[in-house]
Amino acid sequence: MRENTRQETLDDPKLQLALYTATGRLMDHRKKAIGGGKVPEYQDLRTRAAAVKRHTLDYLDVYLTQFEAAVQANGGKVIWARDGAEAADFILSLAKEKGESLIVKSKSMTSEEIHLNDRLIKHELETVETDLGEYIIQLAGLRPYHIVAPALQMTRYDVSTLFEEKLGIAKDDVIENQTMTARRVLREKFLAAGIGITGANFLVADSGAVVIVENEGNARLSSSAPKIQIAIAGIEKMIPRVRDLGVFLALLGRSATGQALTSYTSILSGPRRKDERDGPEEFYVVLLDAGRTKLLADKEKRESLQCIRCGACLNYCPVYRKVGGHSYPWVYSGPIGKIITPQFQGKEKDPWLPFMSSLCGVCAEVCPVKIDIPKILLALRRESQKSSDDAGAMKWFARLMTRPWLYRLAASFGLGWLGRKDGVWVREVKWPASSGPLKDWLAVRDFPAPPEQSFRDWWEKRRK
Amino acid sequence: MSSAREEIINRVRAAISRKVGDKPAAPPEPLLRIRGYKLDEKIAAFRAALEALSGTVTETHSRAETQSAVKRLLDGRTAVASAHPLLAEQWVTEIEVVQSGLTGADLRNACASAGVGITSAYCLLAETGTIVFRASAEESRLISLLPPVHIAVVSSRRMLGGLDEMLSMIARPVDDSSAMVFITGPSRTGDIEQILVRGVHGPGHVHVVIVHEEDIR
Amino acid sequence: MPGRVSIFVTCILDQLFPKAGVAMVAVLERLGYDVEFRKEQTCCGQPAFNSGFHDEARAVARHFLDVFDGAEHIVVPSGSCTSMISHHFADIFAGDTKMLQRVHAIEPRVHEFSTFLLNVAQTDDVGARFPQRVTYHDSCHALRELGMKDVPRRLLRKVKDLELIEMDTAEECCGFGGTFSVKFAQISSGMANTKVDSILKTGASHVVSVDSSCLMQLRGTLSRSGHKVETIHLAEVLAAR
Repeated sequence: MRENTRQETLDDPKLQLALYTATGRLMDHRKKAIGGGKVPEYQDLRTRAAAVKRHTLDYLDVYLTQFEAAVQANGGKVIWARDGAEAADFILSLAKEKGESLIVKSKSMTSEEIHLNDRLIKHELETVETDLGEYIIQLAGLRPYHIVAPALQMTRYDVSTLFEEKLGIAKDDVIENQTMTARRVLREKFLAAGIGITGANFLVADSGAVVIVENEGNARLSSSAPKIQIAIAGIEKMIPRVRDLGVFLALLGRSATGQALTSYTSILSGPRRKDERDGPEEFYVVLLDAGRTKLLADKEKRESLQCIRCGACLNYCPVYRKVGGHSYPWVYSGPIGKIITPQFQGKEKDPWLPFMSSLCGVCAEVCPVKIDIPKILLALRRESQKSSDDAGAMKWFARLMTRPWLYRLAASFGLGWLGRKDGVWVREVKWPASSGPLKDWLAVRDFPAPPEQSFRDWWEKRRK
Repeated sequence: MSSAREEIINRVRAAISRKVGDKPAAPPEPLLRIRGYKLDEKIAAFRAALEALSGTVTETHSRAETQSAVKRLLDGRTAVASAHPLLAEQWVTEIEVVQSGLTGADLRNACASAGVGITSAYCLLAETGTIVFRASAEESRLISLLPPVHIAVVSSRRMLGGLDEMLSMIARPVDDSSAMVFITGPSRTGDIEQILVRGVHGPGHVHVVIVHEEDIR
Repeated sequence: MPGRVSIFVTCILDQLFPKAGVAMVAVLERLGYDVEFRKEQTCCGQPAFNSGFHDEARAVARHFLDVFDGAEHIVVPSGSCTSMISHHFADIFAGDTKMLQRVHAIEPRVHEFSTFLLNVAQTDDVGARFPQRVTYHDSCHALRELGMKDVPRRLLRKVKDLELIEMDTAEECCGFGGTFSVKFAQISSGMANTKVDSILKTGASHVVSVDSSCLMQLRGTLSRSGHKVETIHLAEVLAAR
């Protein structure tokens, strides 16, 4: 199984249908959850969520140290990792020290970001993804297709083939059976694993707690069955108090899947207490920087760190709905992927990325924490323009538009050259227009023949 | 040579232009939406929410009723029960196929092989049909997680309106507990073609028995 | 007693879709306004701004401010150009106190055409008749930056013999997005095709919008696939008798 290119995705009607339907369904779920006055305070919740996130980032040093103290008071440990390598090194040395070789993992985009599994597997630590979608793509060797639905593009037939190939199971395209197969296989792993690694939707400073929001139960199992629990999270996941969860939980499930609350929300704060009969004996939180402090320093784009990874912007984005998750260069796709990828990967790497948007603004409209994604896209475009091919053309644009006589002359001559004809749409144009941007336009749609008189011509005539 | 901790905290401070000792502002006030409900309204809301997720709700008014309701839900399957005193009080632990009082590897193995896990709850949340689990000497994590069926037997007195009400009553629920879990319906996934399947890792069936303790002499 | 309004027809309307401008003048004059067209007008600078060229956008915006200095009402037959002026001029002159003063002075005086009719002229019935089944496309800037969901529909509902039928993707982007339409032509075309599918489902003979760039994208797509559905600016519908 391999990734489809952007053009392949656009040209594949089955994939287009799957993508459009899946995202359409998630949009409908969200609309049902917040529509019809069901959550009258919805806009207020968004404003408050954005305010809490902004506040936390403004005082992040305080909250990080408060969090660490609380984790330690509960009997856990905080590991500070400047980058993915440090995070992986800690886990590797811990596994070695404890003699553990099997790790179960629940869904963590942060761990995808730093290629944690690859690093661990290279050192012969069996690392098994347990979220059904993540398990499937791990078997297939693919990147996640969507922040919330990792295997969104795959059909039951793809899964059937995959399970036959990788698990030696007879072909079965009944989804319920496929799910039960995964349950069976992974149950063994949960109970045998010595280490469970989870992500965190939120880190809570006042309680030293890790909050995990899920539907399957694999995060609960990953954090309850093995002796050692490790939670890995970016430092931006911090919120001040447990009671702030009221606002965030009201928004996260509804924005992501249209659920008031998902099946399980876990607030985990350390190893089992003295009189508890199960739960991990050791608890570690790996706080990851990996470029976040750099983004934090960029005042204009810092709000990107407010993201709670709900995936709503992906579901609504008309571009994502056409090109799918694998058309983006990094592990985060969709609008949020477009704005954080340049920050983390470097702007020079994929300079086209901020331009792959029509700036329609629906992402900002649905973002539960009010990240102004179009504003940040414009800022990224501004930062890249000096090296852009368009610079010359834009200088001419400015010259024309600040000299009315030149504008009139160029328009009159240029459009006259194309040929004037009212109400006609053409498939091709004369050279040299046929070799410029009009070429790309005409590749996919017709262009209006210039009218016989412009508006200002008409105005001039009627004044006489 | 600074440690990773020092470096990260310093980078954070530099990024947000804060110096050691700068006093932080207070966080924005939390928005806690608490509506007043009567008990019967709460139970009706809880029932509607959980039934919409394919869970069931049974109300009982005596120990005998509670015991027989649980027996009916067990449907002959083996069960492991938590150490919550309500389960003994309500004669649930007396049911023949129910194992209780287990610890250590015995508890874990029982959870892995039982057909049903029986717990009580820290509280119930009416608006969302949520069972709130809090790890303690009395309640263990795996009982409501490993077996394919989960039955929660809870006093009606533990029924709250919603999450915000609970958060307003207890600011730091995991200071003396390693885990609090909001359980809202069965385990579910839509990861393959967005088709809903229940019971992928956690229980596929959730039943709540609400005991009207005020009716019990 | 209606006074004088200055119109900013926008570069695309001026050169490619003048009929919409002509229609807008007709409606304004029908309502008794004295319409002024300042000849030195050119463009709002949006193409440069959206591509990240602030210096160029600033130069063009400065020209705009000079041209429309002193105009009491500036009426614009385009959602995106209106929002460029009312929402983004402040961005491109950020830090320049003197220019910002001029920008803030002009912001409340710039009106998208249909908003002008409802809010300033205070009328939703301009005596139009357009006996067709039409569907309305919510252009992104008009919808999300200017908050215009009801405004154009209120006006359309008062047009005699007009049947307004909603398409199921009314609020979805048509895929124009300025240079996006040529830089990412395949994606842009895919987005347009999604709109075209739902337009065809309505059985409408016309697609109406307040943005000519969207109409150009949609019509170009419809035309390429040989469909007969026409695109028409809201102003032309309102001018029809």
